[in-house]
Amino acid sequence: MKFEDEPVPGYSLPILPGHVSPGRLERVLRAGKFAVTTEIDPPDSADPAEVLKRAAIFDGYVDAINATDGSGAHCHMSSVGVCSLLTRVGYATILQMSCRDRNRIAMQGEILGAAAMGACNVLCLTGDGVQAGDHPQAKPVFDLDSMSLLEIARAMRDECRFQSGRRIDLPPRVFLGAAENPFVPPIDWRPHRLAKKVAAGAQFIQTQYCFDIERMRDFMLKVNDLGLLEGPDRVFILVGLGPLASARSARWIRDNVPGVHIPDAVITRLEGSSDQKREGKNLCMDLLHQVRDIPGVSGAHLMAYRQEHSVAEIIETTGVLEGRVPWYPGRDNPAERNPESMEAEAVQGHSVTDAT
Amino acid sequence: MVTIRHWAVRHARGLERFYRGFAQLLARLDPLWRRLGYSRLEAPVARVEHAVKGLLFDCRMCGHCVLSDTGMSCPMNCPKQLRNGPCGGVRANGHCEVEPDMKCVWVEAWEGSQRMRHGDRIHAVQLPVDHGQQGSSSWLRVARELSHDADPSPVQR
Repeated sequence: MKFEDEPVPGYSLPILPGHVSPGRLERVLRAGKFAVTTEIDPPDSADPAEVLKRAAIFDGYVDAINATDGSGAHCHMSSVGVCSLLTRVGYATILQMSCRDRNRIAMQGEILGAAAMGACNVLCLTGDGVQAGDHPQAKPVFDLDSMSLLEIARAMRDECRFQSGRRIDLPPRVFLGAAENPFVPPIDWRPHRLAKKVAAGAQFIQTQYCFDIERMRDFMLKVNDLGLLEGPDRVFILVGLGPLASARSARWIRDNVPGVHIPDAVITRLEGSSDQKREGKNLCMDLLHQVRDIPGVSGAHLMAYRQEHSVAEIIETTGVLEGRVPWYPGRDNPAERNPESMEAEAVQGHSVTDAT
Repeated sequence: MVTIRHWAVRHARGLERFYRGFAQLLARLDPLWRRLGYSRLEAPVARVEHAVKGLLFDCRMCGHCVLSDTGMSCPMNCPKQLRNGPCGGVRANGHCEVEPDMKCVWVEAWEGSQRMRHGDRIHAVQLPVDHGQQGSSSWLRVARELSHDADPSPVQR
């Protein structure tokens, strides 16, 4: 099944009534479909082909791809660079913006630049501290926090002005997102904090890794009680999920990656398996099923760091897309194929064989 | 000092009451401040304010005090200087992601706000800090704003 109004790469879709962006993610969410997003591992390289190759892994399985912004405070290709390369061939991207590395002058400029390059979604993040990364000696900027970034981005879009008040001629038509972590203290504040983000302009939320379904359910109940899932300013919640590679790596993540809550039961389950990697994927699929059934959840955000190939399997096996094949370059017209995709390579290889 | 800072959060309700009274007093004295000249007062008042609030809250003199909106826990002590609540990196024991030995400033803020009469002000979205006001007196700013001073020029922004 196709979703209506698929793009011509390089051209924006019309903005539908009640929508803020010409993007496909907003369309899928507002149409009430279960959306799937994922994140690309940005290369430590200036090679554009590498970006396209890493995106092609998700062809046909995701509605949008997050371009991370120095995640874990490690240096990689910038999110604007990744988004620009991807939108050129038609991928829907989510530009991550962390407040750690830039001040408000740089960030507002970047929102304009990214929107001009076709990025339709911006995820406003605080960012991990510099101590977590490979440049702990760097100066942490944090001129803004995620909340004020949201508010500034919203004013840029809806009121056509910079924070200074200076006018913007053509505003960035972006769907605004934020992150939330329902699994860490202060737990009882988290739903209210989400409400605050919505008040500041958040329209979709991607959560931190969910390994604790009960906490997720509680969180959603409270979010619903706060009335955040209704009306024109409602928020769409995408739950963060990912496969764990082994019990050992789960322990390492729990101890070293800020904000990831992994209950002991999860680690015990992995330990009890003879094929821990397989079990990690099974666990992810079980969670995806459970998450889909939580009332109010609009989709899943799959973070499969160094296991990107498993995203296709997880989506395919769980059938959460219900037969929907999200657009990807070349889905309808082979001439638009991502030049770095496996299909494109297969075709090229074929024609070479034919010629000889 | 962390111990005094914790004390302040534990006594958020009392401090809230004191602060409201103090703000009103400052505002009532506006004619006096005007006569003395806000700009002339700026440096000495800022010094006193720094000493008092530094002792009580580890105040960083951002010039934009929001203590009564944040459970009497100063957000500028957050290593990320977040003004709108905790980041997603808070540890399971409620401690800071960046400084593991320190309790999260925002976990404290939440506890403090629960004790306060107007604790729900923690839900209001705070604007980003105006870094031009760093080092200036929030007390004098409050006095001016509460008394609807029409002339905002004395303090250089």
